[in-house]
Amino acid sequence: MTGRQPNPASEAAPAALVLDGVRFAHGEMPMRFDLAVEAGEWLALIGPSGAGKSTLLDLAAGFLRPTAGRIFMAGRDVTGLSPAERPLSMLFQENNLFPGLDVFRNVALGLSPRHRVSKADRKRVEAALAAVGLEGYGRRRPAEMSGGERQRVALARAFLRRRPLILLDEPFAALGPALRRDMLALLARLRREGGEPPATVVMVTHHPEDAARDADRVAYLEAGSVAAIGATGPMLSGQADARVARYLGLAERPG
Amino acid sequence: MNTRTDRRIRIGAGIIAALLALGFLLGGILVLLVATDQAPDVVALLGDPYVRSILGFTLTQAGLSTLFSVILAIPLALALHRARFPGKRPILRLFLLPQALPVLVGALAVITIWGRNGIVSDALAFLGLPRLEVYGLSGILIAHVFFNMPLAARLFVAALDRIPAERWKLSGQLALPPLTVLATVEWPALRTALPGAAALVFMLCVTSFTIVLVLGGGPAATTLEVAVYQALRYDFDPGRAIGLSAIQIVLTALVLLSTFLLGRDPAGGFGTGAAARRFDAQSPVRAGFDGLVVLCGTLFVASPFAAILVSGLAADLYRLAGDAAVLEAALTSLCVAGAAASLSVVLSALVLMAIEALRFGDRKGPVRRSLRIGLETATSLVLVVSPVIVGAGWFLLLRNVTDVLAAAPYVVVATNAVMAMPFIVRIVGPALSEASDETGRLAESLGLAGLARLAFVDWPAMRRPLALAFAFALALSFGDLGAIALFGSNDFVTLPYLLLQRMGSYRSADAAGLALILALITIVLMGFVERGFAGRREAGT
Repeated sequence: MTGRQPNPASEAAPAALVLDGVRFAHGEMPMRFDLAVEAGEWLALIGPSGAGKSTLLDLAAGFLRPTAGRIFMAGRDVTGLSPAERPLSMLFQENNLFPGLDVFRNVALGLSPRHRVSKADRKRVEAALAAVGLEGYGRRRPAEMSGGERQRVALARAFLRRRPLILLDEPFAALGPALRRDMLALLARLRREGGEPPATVVMVTHHPEDAARDADRVAYLEAGSVAAIGATGPMLSGQADARVARYLGLAERPG
Repeated sequence: MNTRTDRRIRIGAGIIAALLALGFLLGGILVLLVATDQAPDVVALLGDPYVRSILGFTLTQAGLSTLFSVILAIPLALALHRARFPGKRPILRLFLLPQALPVLVGALAVITIWGRNGIVSDALAFLGLPRLEVYGLSGILIAHVFFNMPLAARLFVAALDRIPAERWKLSGQLALPPLTVLATVEWPALRTALPGAAALVFMLCVTSFTIVLVLGGGPAATTLEVAVYQALRYDFDPGRAIGLSAIQIVLTALVLLSTFLLGRDPAGGFGTGAAARRFDAQSPVRAGFDGLVVLCGTLFVASPFAAILVSGLAADLYRLAGDAAVLEAALTSLCVAGAAASLSVVLSALVLMAIEALRFGDRKGPVRRSLRIGLETATSLVLVVSPVIVGAGWFLLLRNVTDVLAAAPYVVVATNAVMAMPFIVRIVGPALSEASDETGRLAESLGLAGLARLAFVDWPAMRRPLALAFAFALALSFGDLGAIALFGSNDFVTLPYLLLQRMGSYRSADAAGLALILALITIVLMGFVERGFAGRREAGT
């Protein structure tokens, strides 16, 4: 059971994200997460709704405080740090942009939360926009853009921030299949171009085919804990774990 | 019964209910204007410098009251929403209390705190400064801010609550500094609530009667409402009363119209209060500033309540409670309020169900559309004609037909019922239309109609908001002075009327005691009714 009882001290390169006995009470359901994500890895989180996928991301990002346990990022204990102090960027399903600000300003907030933007910063923002295929969109307002374009802007900002860990809380779930594939391909490219080692990605998804294409490993969550974790192939074929097979609809139905 | 018959019945009943309300509202004054020769010369009235100065003062005090209420509510709402401390929910509940407090009691409390012999004046005198003069514009402003600033603050907190959670997460992750958060997250949300809140407060202050009656007075500080009252009770000048009423109706209609143009549904959307999780960076300076703002705001809102309690307890409550006049007034008030609230809830529910039936009909013709808009407008038009104006119309009309004093209880009950309707519609309407969005098609496809539909679809959706609305109507009617001021007599005395009498005869200890009793009854009534209905729901499931 790798990842069940991680020991951050023994890793050669420190893991990008470790949840060590992280407990959280979500309403009636007690949750307990143990998980280790290697540096440069792409991990997909799957599982039924209410299993705790988004809660896990919120705990990692610092939006929720665990009642017990510790969270490490690149070997550092970040349990007590505020969201801004943690080395990560998170993309949400919606509302990734401030509606009152134009695209340029929205991306520039990733460099500095201050009002003034230096000439060098301006270049970097424009380059980031170009990298997601939105050259010249700087003056647009989020309301004037499609859902896919808005998420591209959010991606541009996330990569401009150059944080080693990227958390995706289903940012592409509302897009059609083709667009979703394009966005994941864009994410993969940005990640490759971001330099070595590539950013670590933890992605919540309801679409196993999304995980199949890009993820190195898949973690299956059920009832507030990581029930199974393993290499993408065996996990998604249903051979690694019967519960995963049942969730994916691959299990042989008796009778 | 099939669903179509059901819908017809609902629409018919709603139209009848709306017509009843409208007929009562405008009936008195319309019949006066049309059938008798008492039509006023509005042009001549407008040329009268006295009338002009009243009109000017009405607008000035409403404008200033709105300005202060809104400007003070903004930092308070921001601090309340941002600050994290244990007493936040009680404070937000405290901010609801002024709405439950009878206006007359609030006015008395403002005098107790801010008057010549109040605590603030005592403190100023101790410092060698002059004492405050509460009668006139300043007192009216303080009282209006006391009643309306918490209302505006709650509307703003609700607007901040509506900000999507991701936006707070994003600001936390990007470590946006406070001013950037204000500019990009908070201000856009406040701006959407601002016109509606300002228009609502302005509306309430333009039609404010009791506060001006008690704290104003004299030609320099009289509003149209009070002038109508004086024209009837003191000068008995029906022509002037009708003319001033007409001016007031036109004025409030204009204000209401601009309300609809500025922001939809000004009274809509009370937040349960600061549910959002925020991730602002910790800053002791800002936490201190927020704490100070919240403290000042809470003191300002809580101090009149404390004053009512302290000076009320100092009165001889035991003797007051045994006073036959007090007991009779309390009983009269209970009967009037109970009847008014019941009538109001029934009428409003009928109108609302008709609106929903029209909204969900299979035929979406222009007739049904305009009917629906007509019903929606009818409940809002109630805002245009204030209790004093309605009362004035019926007072003058009934005088020609019967003994005004004999009809007084009916007029007061009906006036109070109709006055509560806009509030009830705003409290219950959203819940009902949400329910029919969720289950309307299902009920339609199952052919639910008649009592079954009422019991399974409408009642579960309306029960809780109706309870809240009933409590509101009860408290509103219990504390109302507008209708009773005109129709009260030695044979028909409600508690607020009795309080006004005792204040007028300078029996201030009695007044303080009565104010405490009145405040307690309204606040307990609110809590009791709301809790009773909530409890029954839990027992039922």
